[in-house]
Amino acid sequence: MEEIVRVEGVSFAYDGLPALVDINLSIYRGDFLAIIGPNGSGKTTLLKIMVGLLKPRQGRVWLFQQPLETFNQWFRIGYIQQKATNFDPIFPISVAEVIAASLNSASRPAGAVRTPVRQKILEALQIVGLEQEADKPLNSLSGGQQQRVFIARALATDPEILLLDEPTTGVDYPSQENFYDLLGQLNKQKQLTIVLVTHDYGIVNRHVNRVACLNQKLVYHGEHSEFCQSDRFRQLLHGGHHLISHRH
Amino acid sequence: MISSLFLRALLAGGCLALACGLLGVFLVLRRDAMISHGLSHVAFAGVALGLALNLMPVVFSVAVCLAGSIVILRLKEQARLPGDTAIALLSSAGLALAILLMSIKRDFGAELMSYLFGDILAIGPSEIYLAAGLAVAVLAAILLNLPRLMFMTFDREAASVAGIRLSRLDRLLVMLSAVTIVLGLRIVGLLLVTGLTVIPAASALQLARNFRQTLFLSCLFSLLSIMGGITLAYVLDLPASAAIIFLSLIIFSLGYMIRKRR
Ligand SMILES: Nc1ncnc2c1ncn2[C@@H]1O[C@H](COP(=O)(O)OP(=O)(O)OP(=O)(O)O)[C@@H](O)[C@H]1O
Ligand SMILES: [Mg+2]
Repeated sequence: MEEIVRVEGVSFAYDGLPALVDINLSIYRGDFLAIIGPNGSGKTTLLKIMVGLLKPRQGRVWLFQQPLETFNQWFRIGYIQQKATNFDPIFPISVAEVIAASLNSASRPAGAVRTPVRQKILEALQIVGLEQEADKPLNSLSGGQQQRVFIARALATDPEILLLDEPTTGVDYPSQENFYDLLGQLNKQKQLTIVLVTHDYGIVNRHVNRVACLNQKLVYHGEHSEFCQSDRFRQLLHGGHHLISHRH
Repeated sequence: MISSLFLRALLAGGCLALACGLLGVFLVLRRDAMISHGLSHVAFAGVALGLALNLMPVVFSVAVCLAGSIVILRLKEQARLPGDTAIALLSSAGLALAILLMSIKRDFGAELMSYLFGDILAIGPSEIYLAAGLAVAVLAAILLNLPRLMFMTFDREAASVAGIRLSRLDRLLVMLSAVTIVLGLRIVGLLLVTGLTVIPAASALQLARNFRQTLFLSCLFSLLSIMGGITLAYVLDLPASAAIIFLSLIIFSLGYMIRKRR
């Protein structure tokens, strides 16, 4: 199986305060990995290290079998940061321009056929059901709609792996379900690899094939089906919430 | 009869207006508007140095200002300073240097003063062609990097994950600002050059509904202010700098009122 992300012995600290300790993790093509853990457990930090926004203090990261330091095929990666909708509210930008910015500045595979940008934008917006809003100012949309625009932006460059950091915060429940169904569909039909940081494990678990529980260290990492048999999962479901609410 | 001096001023002013119009949008949205203020003081020191050494002041102040722009970036990134403090530091340094030089070599004080207020209608032909050329270079550099600059300004994190080298673009932007400020110094002077880069963009933000409109309106307002101001100055014998800034402020007020009405 093709290894898409490899995290080896990664530790990270903010100003001397450890956030991640000795993380080892591999993600393979076609995986749908959910990363769960309480607030402050290092989920966002781990995702940022995977996409090169933070440099690990120790350990190494590979993307598509290339060391992160020399990796340059960023069009293969889609990333949605936590609270993507915290953008500058006076920034004058239309929905289509948000997506165009990424399409026009992404490096491209050599010899790729270029679909007209406008068509790509509309295709991406159609996936999230916003093709009618293409020319509206971004700041005139609701928070949940804005979140969907950022999802469309991440999909527009046809990435092979999508890393999402709590992408459905502020999205209403039916849209959340639709969104996770969409992720499941992209994962199954297009073999899109998905890494999802989430607190709604209950909603996504039917699409997920692997789980990582994080609390500075990797507490559990493995198959979703085995995870369901484990005590940790029962704790998660039955009120115990040890994984969800406590910091060790 | 229209003099060639006036036409040359319009030509250089027009090129500079477009550069200011585009650049201003990025400076305003990045919350870097005061960078022009800091750089103008550094450029002023550059002019003083150039005059003291009898070198061409524009060339010399471009060089000094580029160096100053790198210092501002370094201070912002590496010293524990908020951006505006770094700028305050540097602008004081620039002005102190200029005052010192002026007291040592007393003979160029009057000429240096002309850079406080600027006067585009007093510039010789070779310098004005140089200014037009530099403005076109700034314009080209911005246009070539437009999608990336926009992406970075809107969303630094996503731009970084898209493979954009943020530090390189940051440097480009501040260096382009440095060149533009030096040119603006000659036209409206140290005291008003911040307005030249910032007011048209601020006016565009009142009316634009998307980024493309913002760039277009900012350039348009900048052109109207500078060309209109130069013309008013020439016809009515007013100071060009004041005419330019007043026109741009009038445009801003109109834009603000139109937005309030909508
Ligand atoms: N920029 C920062 N500077 C200093 N400390 C930070 C910074 N970002 C995160 N931390 C700390 O690092 C730890 C891990 O944070 P991280 O954001 O990765 O957690 P998380 O699992 O994503 O939490 P959440 O569920 O709230 O999003 C926390 O203790 C946090 O306080
Ligand atoms: Mg987080």
